[in-house]
Amino acid sequence: MPEPVQQTIRLSIDSRYENIELVQAVLDETLESLPIDEETGYWMGIALREALTNAIKHGNALDPEKKVDVCLAVGESGLDITVEDQGSGFDPGAVADPLAPDNLLKTEGRGIFYMRRFMDKIDYDFGAEGGTKVRLHKEFDASGGSAEANQGGANED
Amino acid sequence: MKIDKRQRDGATILDLQGRITIGEGDVALREAVLAAVGEGATNILLNMGRVRSIDSSGVGELVAAYTTVTNRGGKLRLFSLPKRVLGVLEITQLITVLDILEDEDEAVASVA
Repeated sequence: MPEPVQQTIRLSIDSRYENIELVQAVLDETLESLPIDEETGYWMGIALREALTNAIKHGNALDPEKKVDVCLAVGESGLDITVEDQGSGFDPGAVADPLAPDNLLKTEGRGIFYMRRFMDKIDYDFGAEGGTKVRLHKEFDASGGSAEANQGGANED
Repeated sequence: MKIDKRQRDGATILDLQGRITIGEGDVALREAVLAAVGEGATNILLNMGRVRSIDSSGVGELVAAYTTVTNRGGKLRLFSLPKRVLGVLEITQLITVLDILEDEDEAVASVA
């Protein structure tokens, strides 16, 4: 596969769940030209959906007047996805461990875990005037596939 | 998300088709399980064979369905899980909690 063309794609969506499908479609099309295999791309899509869900539901509190800004940046060695909401931020360290025995049967609290699991790196920025920006990173694989071609390939940090 | 309901040997089987994701299949699954429970179903089997994808909201609904049914003295089983759906449940260790069977015959036999 030829070298990926470095490009940046930006979208701004209203805080509605149906818009997740739009962003997923853009990711799918972007992935077609990148050295990322289908299986890894699927899990990246799940990670992106979790980030969007958090931004729409928890960040923007389902207020359709508030925007979620998405950026897909194809670099030399990987893909960076950022999702930014207009909410009041949160403390990632305060998110409960979904694998703790007392939390296994909770109905929420797995989204960040899945993002960490399916991507190589995630980090957060919090704006001085509010808003949370989550950055998801996936490395390309020099062999033409992905660096971690399964759902268990990400760092736990 | 499309959900069809049928009966077999005293069990209520819900055939799920599509995605169990936020704003789409998650609500449909919740409503289908609550409707079945409301109609008196105690043994509910979820046929996952045609579930294309699931996210954390869908997983949450599976957990909610499980607790709803078991808290009322019933049994909830999942069967025919596609690899990707099983993977999502494995990494959050829910396969240790939810009752997952290989196929419909096994699931029906498990609640007979």
